[in-house]
Amino acid sequence: MAQSGVPSLSPGHAVAVPRKLSNRLGASDLVFRGVARAGGLIVLLLLGLVGTFLFFRASQALHKAGWSFITTQQWNPNGGGFGIAAMMIGTILIALVAAAVAIPLALATALYISEYAPRSIQRALISVVDLMAAVPSVVFGLWGAFLVQWHITSLARWINDWLGWIPLFKVNGVTTHSAQPTATTYSASTFIAGVVVALMITPIASSIMREAFSQAPAGEREGAYALGATRWGMIRTVVLPFGVGAMIGGTMLGLGRALGETIAVVMIISPVFVIQPHILQHGGSSISATIALQYLEATPFAVSALMAAGLALFALTLVVNILAAVVVARSRSGAVSEA
Amino acid sequence: MSVVDQPVPSGSRPEATVAGQQSGGAPLPLTTLSTRSASRPARQQRQIAGVRREDVLALTGAAASALATTGLLWMVAPFTGIVGFIVVSWCLFVLIYAVLIGFDNNRPTVRDRISAAVVHSLAVVVILVLALIVIYTIFRGAKALAHLNFYTQDMHKTTPLSGLTSGGILYAIVGTLIEVGIAMAIAVPLGLLAAVFLNEVPGRLNRLVRTVVDAMTALPDILAGLFIYATLILIFGLGLCGLAAACALAVTVISIICRAAYVVLRLVPGGLTEASYALGSGHWRTVWHVTLPTARSGLATAVILGAARAIGETSPVLLTAGATFYFNFNPASGPMMSLPLAAYTLVQNPEPNYIARGFGAAVVLLVLVLVLFGIARMIGGRGAGQLTSRQLARRMAASRRDVHRYTGRTVAGQLAASAGGGQADDYGGASA
Repeated sequence: MAQSGVPSLSPGHAVAVPRKLSNRLGASDLVFRGVARAGGLIVLLLLGLVGTFLFFRASQALHKAGWSFITTQQWNPNGGGFGIAAMMIGTILIALVAAAVAIPLALATALYISEYAPRSIQRALISVVDLMAAVPSVVFGLWGAFLVQWHITSLARWINDWLGWIPLFKVNGVTTHSAQPTATTYSASTFIAGVVVALMITPIASSIMREAFSQAPAGEREGAYALGATRWGMIRTVVLPFGVGAMIGGTMLGLGRALGETIAVVMIISPVFVIQPHILQHGGSSISATIALQYLEATPFAVSALMAAGLALFALTLVVNILAAVVVARSRSGAVSEA
Repeated sequence: MSVVDQPVPSGSRPEATVAGQQSGGAPLPLTTLSTRSASRPARQQRQIAGVRREDVLALTGAAASALATTGLLWMVAPFTGIVGFIVVSWCLFVLIYAVLIGFDNNRPTVRDRISAAVVHSLAVVVILVLALIVIYTIFRGAKALAHLNFYTQDMHKTTPLSGLTSGGILYAIVGTLIEVGIAMAIAVPLGLLAAVFLNEVPGRLNRLVRTVVDAMTALPDILAGLFIYATLILIFGLGLCGLAAACALAVTVISIICRAAYVVLRLVPGGLTEASYALGSGHWRTVWHVTLPTARSGLATAVILGAARAIGETSPVLLTAGATFYFNFNPASGPMMSLPLAAYTLVQNPEPNYIARGFGAAVVLLVLVLVLFGIARMIGGRGAGQLTSRQLARRMAASRRDVHRYTGRTVAGQLAASAGGGQADDYGGASA
């Protein structure tokens, strides 16, 4: 910039005149701002287009279905009624199972890395957990469908045997405490899909929690030790209260991912279109899995019905993610960026 | 402490002791020290670091007894399954360990030990699961991976009954590279530009873009695929092809790259950019010479992690690329296979050879992601502005050159000034 030079003092010019300031941008800066603004605008248009297009196409189906879209369980866009009641509940159940499994695992991993692990392996462990977050979902799906599925059915049966009186864990059509191998009754269930998705979201939640835990103020940690706290006492009174926002936020971020997960769920679950509240029982449903399984045979109207279902899912993940972002942002001091 | 101090009128304790011993039978000693009785054993210092024998004993004892009890249960009661065995024996272990520790420790210690045991074992579970995923995938794919043709052929000559010596996934590798290449060519410039915009140009548009980008990171992958399917394929009649898949991938990763890059750019210390402005450089020069180079490693990490995400994405590709068994180098027409799609499609076939090939494709995919991730770690391990030794050497050479130039210029400038010459014109031209 530097357009205005220092005003030359002519002899006899006794009074200093204030220099005239201008913030006129140079040509290169104007071009830069223009290009940057254009980039932002393109991204805005592109992403906005996706959103509005989905909304527009979905509204056709929503118009036809009306309020029954929320309450109908079956999915027959070409013939009878269609609705997301069964799929939405299935999706939420998978995500809840995933969260229930992932929260303890993520919390323990984060605590282990930030509090218990020796310094020498800390960095390596962080890399391992981040790497786990980068493993493609199809690999998790293969692992879940070919290995976990056949080993976890015994656990599912055990839960049903002893906790079957809880409606959630009930399985229809089996006698409890029977020694017969009833693998197919327990396979392809919401529970198994949830467990596999849990392992996908554990590293995401864990890395957010770990970051917050490692920022717990050293003075307060040492204060707790000086007052005679054990390590767990210190963690409970200093680290966990400090990281509680990140714990909630990280979990919800993982939950958002779990709600939208497709391939791993498709590979495990066998779709049914009735509300399936028994998570251990064969068959379940999820919105993204339904889209993946049905788009190819779908008529244009059925595609817009699928879009309506997808939009409902998007709304749900959006709410969860926004809540997560608010909670995570509130848990940080924000002074970190300006070092 | 067993020392009972009485008020000491003057002097410190050693002197008082000496005084007490000297005054022997004096009626009123200044200080009285309780002497330790000989029967009392010398106190040992408590060991506060390292591993104690009792802890090891309690740990192994609890583990052994838990395993034995569970083994007994599995023999007499109708329990089966390896997962159940592990779960039950772990619960028993925690219980027995708590009791053992409780024998000679107080409540806070018991809680400390139990929570440490729980945290350690759950963390081990997570690490083991990762190892298990990798090992199991390699184990199942090993048969296919052992044949060289797996890396050099496509699948069109392979019948369901032909052995693993025919058919390969090179066509899927090629497809993945083409699709991800196109997707990144779209997403990286746009994402980075939008991130620079978000960081540098404030205003109402900025807030809108940020809100939309944040919102779109929540978009389920499958919806990006469905969007491209409904627009490019159903409306514009493009047909299932690599280009459509690349567009779907671009829609998926653009918001991810943009957000990651934006976060990195925000971490550039304000002092650096302010120093640049204070030296009189403009907005564009500051961004190009200060902000972007400082954040270079972080930006590279954002891009590479975006690429790793794009390579592993299955659901957008599933809707838009179409599965095939043939090589296809043309992204604009005809279905194009990619690695995740190959893994997904091949294992749908009940034939064991197909399943082995599917797992083989998954292994190749894992290796690709791992390599990208390793590169990202190598570049991005450093914070903003920290240089490798090579970069540092280059930077120092550059500033040495600058010193030479400036000293040369001042001499030349003085000569020129006498001749009425102007200023040197290349301020800010020195790029690092």
